[in-house]
Amino acid sequence: MSAPVSVSLLVNGEPIDAVVLPRLNLADFIREHLKLTGTHVGCEHGVCGACTVRVDGEIVRSCLMLTVQAQGASVETIEGLSDSGEIADLQAAFRERNALQCGYCTPGMLMTAQDLLKHVSMPDRPAIREHLSGNYCRCTGYQAIVDAVEATARTRAERRA
Amino acid sequence: MTVTRPLAGTLSVLDRPNSYIGKTVPRPNLDRLLQGRGQYVSDLELPRMAHVVFLRSPYAHAKIVAIDADVAKRMSGVIAIVTGRELEAVITPWVGVLSHLKGLKSAPQHAIAVDRACWQGEAVAAIVATSRAAAEDAMEHISADYEELEAITDMRTALDPATHVIHPSLGDNLAFERTLNAGDVDRALLGSEVVEADFVFGRHTGVTLEPRAVVADWNAAEARLTIYQGTQAPHMVQNIAALHLGLREAQVRVICKDVGGSFGIKVHIYADEMATYALSKLLRRPIKFVADRVESFNTDIHARDHRCRGRIGVRPDGTITVFEIDDLTGIGPYSMYPRTSAIEANQVVNLVGGPYVTPNYRARARVVFQNKNVMCQYRAVGHPIACSVTEGLVDLAAAKIGMDPVEIRRRNLIADDAYPCASPSGMKFEQLSHHASLAKLLQMMDYDALRAEQAALRARNVHRGIGIASFIEVTNPSAAFYGVGGAKISSQDGVAVRLDAQGSVICQTSITEQGQGSESSTAQIVGSVLGVSMDRVRVTLGDTDNTPYGGGTWASRGAGIGGEAALQAAKALRQNILDLAAAILQSTPAELDIVNNSIINAGDGAPRMELNELARIVYFRPDTLPPGIQPELMATRHFVPRQYPFAFTNGIQASWLEVDPETGLVTLLKHWVVEDCGTIINPQLVDEQIRGGVVQGLGAALFEKCVYDERGQLTNANMADYLVPMSGEMPDIDIGHVVSPTRESELGAKGAGEAGTAGAAAAVANAVNDALRPFGTIITEIPLTPQVILTALGRI
Repeated sequence: MSAPVSVSLLVNGEPIDAVVLPRLNLADFIREHLKLTGTHVGCEHGVCGACTVRVDGEIVRSCLMLTVQAQGASVETIEGLSDSGEIADLQAAFRERNALQCGYCTPGMLMTAQDLLKHVSMPDRPAIREHLSGNYCRCTGYQAIVDAVEATARTRAERRA
Repeated sequence: MTVTRPLAGTLSVLDRPNSYIGKTVPRPNLDRLLQGRGQYVSDLELPRMAHVVFLRSPYAHAKIVAIDADVAKRMSGVIAIVTGRELEAVITPWVGVLSHLKGLKSAPQHAIAVDRACWQGEAVAAIVATSRAAAEDAMEHISADYEELEAITDMRTALDPATHVIHPSLGDNLAFERTLNAGDVDRALLGSEVVEADFVFGRHTGVTLEPRAVVADWNAAEARLTIYQGTQAPHMVQNIAALHLGLREAQVRVICKDVGGSFGIKVHIYADEMATYALSKLLRRPIKFVADRVESFNTDIHARDHRCRGRIGVRPDGTITVFEIDDLTGIGPYSMYPRTSAIEANQVVNLVGGPYVTPNYRARARVVFQNKNVMCQYRAVGHPIACSVTEGLVDLAAAKIGMDPVEIRRRNLIADDAYPCASPSGMKFEQLSHHASLAKLLQMMDYDALRAEQAALRARNVHRGIGIASFIEVTNPSAAFYGVGGAKISSQDGVAVRLDAQGSVICQTSITEQGQGSESSTAQIVGSVLGVSMDRVRVTLGDTDNTPYGGGTWASRGAGIGGEAALQAAKALRQNILDLAAAILQSTPAELDIVNNSIINAGDGAPRMELNELARIVYFRPDTLPPGIQPELMATRHFVPRQYPFAFTNGIQASWLEVDPETGLVTLLKHWVVEDCGTIINPQLVDEQIRGGVVQGLGAALFEKCVYDERGQLTNANMADYLVPMSGEMPDIDIGHVVSPTRESELGAKGAGEAGTAGAAAAVANAVNDALRPFGTIITEIPLTPQVILTALGRI
């Protein structure tokens, strides 16, 4: 059970082959093996949301998932979403609204907000607060984040119209 | 929503064309954090770096009988296993006292416990390995024998003669006591209605999202230690590390890049961080320590564990005649180093009754040792205690005489034209604005309409409450805070600015950035004063080798002190540039100005020379300058407040909430703050400091508590059981400002970082009691959990 096993997956579109211990969680794999340090580790027990990444299109807490469970999966991290430009408007809204202070929760917060905006075109403020309620931010008090997500939803809706 | 109280006089350096002062501009370099490309210490890796984990005492108080690490030492990846006794050869112990806190005592504390552990979570051995996982594997195989000792956990019995003394050499468990007696309390009480209450505050902690993290790199060949640490005070860390490792300060460099939250948690010196420095020196290689979440709960400083008996005297006309408190707090087994754990209680004594004219004030504060995690300064140190007690008492007094909570405040708050003045505890106030702030708050919240809505809903069995809390806040501390007590914690800050060869500005400041916007406010000030656009200003901070010496960012001091140093440095550089430009252009400095990166005629605004052209001449063609001219395109200035020990700010908060008497659940509906931090450099950053601070206070009000059992075991040391505010429960927060600049500096800025936290819990507690008024119950305990509320209502 504790012998290293090989795993193949896509990370931000790049094929990765690695040999890992079965106990290695996905967050540590992303950070320590792939050096993608934008995925942050806050609580390591699935509460704070800082390690949120996308696996096959769904957001997951990478501290609660083993690397071997990502065999064959497509994993996307904040670096990937940034470089593809997928969330450039959301990032700009965060910048304009100062929706981050220390920035440690921000990658996970952006991942989760983008997930909401993909599923709901014009969420109201309670819906935004509800969707983000698994992502802990000690700095902002959340209002600026809610404002930034709301503003992004509005501009995306206008763009579609 | 800003009311400005202008300084006498006319235009200042801040009113120049294209000034960034008072404008919302996005913080520079946010993209780094938005794209996951920050550089937190947690992310750092160095060649040959090893990881340390600490074996921590499972007991609150225990003799360490034996530590057998033979098996663990032979495990794969293990580099060393080091006990406290072994580490003593490298690092000396410390005692967290300051001489101006008279009588404060504490015992020597070691980087790793020697012979005895005094709280659950104190490190008793270090395991260094090639990875954290390998170190944790090895830790499982260490066998440690303890002899459990009696744990002193209840602060109320810590001073009883029958109670075991934690440090026998100190004689008792009393760390510090302060009493104060101003005016004539007994006489004033005679003619007054008197109300009393016991205020109880839950011990809570900072829960920074990035835990404490440090990489220490002793380079034996250079005889130099580089410490990468998420800290608010790099020069303080440099001083302490050097002192206890037997080095000169010049042998220690502290580098602080991105920090994942601090809030006062990361302004102290922790034993495990000291152990990490020492291990690097001992093992001659880089060592990394990153606390995990359980370690954070067990070892990050806790705060606010207070029980405070409060008494208020009031006359039927609403005049408050007396404030009296007897405060008790338990700080764990050691006074923290180097800021000490007596400051919070001292602040409580300083601040109770602070917004009011009441001259009669009696106070006692006692600080006791106990076998729990250490307590020390955390955002808004002492303010939430003082504010909750004061404002809770004021509401009780209002209820006693049947007066509206707003009216009793209006009758007792210090008049806006009464300054300068001093409080009964000796705090000096330069200029506050309690009445203007109150008036503005009432307007923002539409107080009368809200009262009408409350009454209408109450008739329908919906229980909503309004709570109001005035407060004062200590900012811009001078040497009076720490320096006078002997701590090597600088109260001054320095800024160096220089024009580079392309006409851009490099700015080095001794204040630090943990997300407040220190970098932005510095760039705004420098750009405005120089006449350079912000995109041409680059700010460096958090590096003791590459910034002037200074205090850092804590106690709401960065903008007010570091900002003034930036202003003065930029003024000096501006003068140097104008002198030089005048020589080149055969003009006079008075006839020239710098606007938008160019030298222009002050009179008609005609462009004369771009700054990059001036820089080109200075750096590459100095041979073309007039004889005798030596350009100085770099200037450094320092600043420290001298006239007032602290630049007090003031403000007022209001909470509107609903209590469900069936479930005990509180729903926060709205929160308002009016704050006066003097000159506002960036309105958005000030507002976001306040919002974040308020939510930290709301966490204390409703959720956050470190729950210890009677044996000193922390029973909720994880984020599932220790509740923090999440987005779903938090209200929108409206913010207004009154602006009373301090005249101690040209900038006029006071601090704003702690105002939100200072008053939020008081406003919520008053609102809950207001909502529960029909039930005839008063609750003076936070957090206001459903259990506390239902117990008070007699439902459970």
